[in-house]
Amino acid sequence: MSIAEKVIYVDNNATSKVDKEVLETMLPYLTDNYGNPSSMHYFGGKVGKALDTAREQVADALGAQPTEIIFTSCGSESNNMAIRSILETIPERRQVITTKVEHPCVINVVKWLEREHGYKAHYLSVNSKGQLDLSELSNAITPKTAFVSIMWANNETGVVFPIEKIAQIIKRKNPNTIIHVDGVQAVGKISIDMSNNLVDMLSISGHKFHAPKGVGALYVKRGTPIVPFLIGGHQERGRRAGTENVASIAGLGKAAELAKKNLKDEATRVKALRDKLEQSILEKVPNAILNGDPHNRVPNTTNISFEYIEGELILLHLSDAGICASSGSACTSGSLEPSHVLRAMGIPFTAIHGSTRFSLSRFNTEEEVDYIIEKVPTIIDKLTQISPYRKEIEKKRIHCANLTDIPQTV
Amino acid sequence: MWHYTEKVQDLYRNPKNVGEVDNPDATGEVGSLACGDSMKLTLKIESGKIIEAKFLTFGCGSAVASASALTEMIIGKTVEEAKKITNKDIVNFLGGLPDEKMHCSVMGQEALEAAFNNYEGTEGQENNLTDPIICKCFGVHESKIREVIRENNLTSIDEVTNYCKAGGGCGLCDKEIVRLISEERELTPIRPRSLANLTKAQQIMLVDELMSKFIAVELRKDGGDIELVDIKDSKIYVKLRGACQGCRSSQVTLKNFVEFTLQEHIQDKIEIVEIID
Repeated sequence: MSIAEKVIYVDNNATSKVDKEVLETMLPYLTDNYGNPSSMHYFGGKVGKALDTAREQVADALGAQPTEIIFTSCGSESNNMAIRSILETIPERRQVITTKVEHPCVINVVKWLEREHGYKAHYLSVNSKGQLDLSELSNAITPKTAFVSIMWANNETGVVFPIEKIAQIIKRKNPNTIIHVDGVQAVGKISIDMSNNLVDMLSISGHKFHAPKGVGALYVKRGTPIVPFLIGGHQERGRRAGTENVASIAGLGKAAELAKKNLKDEATRVKALRDKLEQSILEKVPNAILNGDPHNRVPNTTNISFEYIEGELILLHLSDAGICASSGSACTSGSLEPSHVLRAMGIPFTAIHGSTRFSLSRFNTEEEVDYIIEKVPTIIDKLTQISPYRKEIEKKRIHCANLTDIPQTV
Repeated sequence: MWHYTEKVQDLYRNPKNVGEVDNPDATGEVGSLACGDSMKLTLKIESGKIIEAKFLTFGCGSAVASASALTEMIIGKTVEEAKKITNKDIVNFLGGLPDEKMHCSVMGQEALEAAFNNYEGTEGQENNLTDPIICKCFGVHESKIREVIRENNLTSIDEVTNYCKAGGGCGLCDKEIVRLISEERELTPIRPRSLANLTKAQQIMLVDELMSKFIAVELRKDGGDIELVDIKDSKIYVKLRGACQGCRSSQVTLKNFVEFTLQEHIQDKIEIVEIID
């Protein structure tokens, strides 16, 4: 599909490259060590050890105890399992709280609870920067609140919610409310220490931080009741049935270890690359607008709207240049509505269809970022010529040019 | 990722006839920024013939390709010839579009209609009383929905949404769309017919039509299909194809779905008999 030979991958919030070290950790469990960890022979037993190691690695990266980690097949399973378990263990409380900007695997579960099971749900609003109003949260919690499910970092904008503070507010208002956090976009990008917060459950997904697809985990704080979502054998201490996906779990463990090790690189080098990319595009392209809170964000993500240009068309042209990015436009999803996150933020319709997300990783280089910075203005310029609103864009260009011509007086 | 044809890819990369005609004789503007796609078509018309056509599009790859295709198709045609162009012709020119993108071809056709209305001075004469807006989310009129149903043989709400966006928002107009589909397809009110009063050929035509309209479309969604083999008295002999063949639920499908659905349209008591190769 792509015309360019090279691939510059800046869509890491969608999925990420499997680290070589991760793959090497996995391979023995796809070849020689194929035993079943539940078997009563040493051949299986040594495979069971790989699960122990991985559990320790994941726990260490999250500041948790190994017994608090349950391996799952993905972030969506972790989120479903958390919510369904909470409701089963406390059936008497029938009010739930989440936000308008959650991932579909939380929002759609909550909608299903409302529709099929008569739960009362409150969806917290966000402001134009994508941040929550914490007093709205506090007011929404009642003695009947079963759970609050909030993401740590938003997949589209990278906006980070103050989870520690949020957890304190919730527990102060109702200590019995279970707090579930979708941490899928936070792991490997910001520091997470579950021993130091009041969060009861945390979902993570391997392929967002250089493990393979098809493996995730649910952290369940000790003492939090949990019932299995997948019923069957005694695997994962009876909390999640099904023969373990050993190779991928071993990979998840290694990836978690590497994520912890590379956290500083993410917060400095990757952040510097992201900032350079973002600032250069905002400077060079007159109709570019930044979406989301610039101060509270994961270090790898930038979400930029190009006004009056449609996102899918931008992605197709970026793809031709070898650049892999993502968009919140309606057309890319096949639905007719643009991103629910950007709509919740009240992004104007002149900009919402042209949102473009660049999400970097530790594998990106400065050379790649420079290449993107060179290509984006050319592509946007070309697409401007096709847009019926090109006169509006031109006005902005002149306006920007005038601004730079006039000596700035402070 | 959409699977766009080579032609679509070629046209969104290098669209033809981009821009605006100087002093146009006709201008058609459709869609809106809020809806996520819009298009401006300008034409130069001399003695009834389109000699120049240019477009500007805010929209996705297939919207740009559809608009580019439209301009190529109409240049050199007379107004009367160009009026006959439907969204289907645009899709054919492009070698196909993904189902969810059919509305892009419809936008091209709409822009052309708008341009001709502008040329003939008949714009703004649509009467909202006789042609109400059915889908309020996307502002789609009844006449537009009827048109896409007729021209593309649509049978479901999803298909209507793919072609003209109607029904793709809040879903409140679902019932209205179903009504329009059945009215256009002249199948309601359902009047069960008696096989006994029909000739063999008529019987086969009726059952075959019912099967293709109500049954095959559903089975195909799961990768299956059905074929009518014969009709003898009240027995309808069929062959299951594709994924239905050898499917463990095929007997359930035959009794609960095929037989039930046909029975809704046929007066006499019928029985479905599967023929296995």
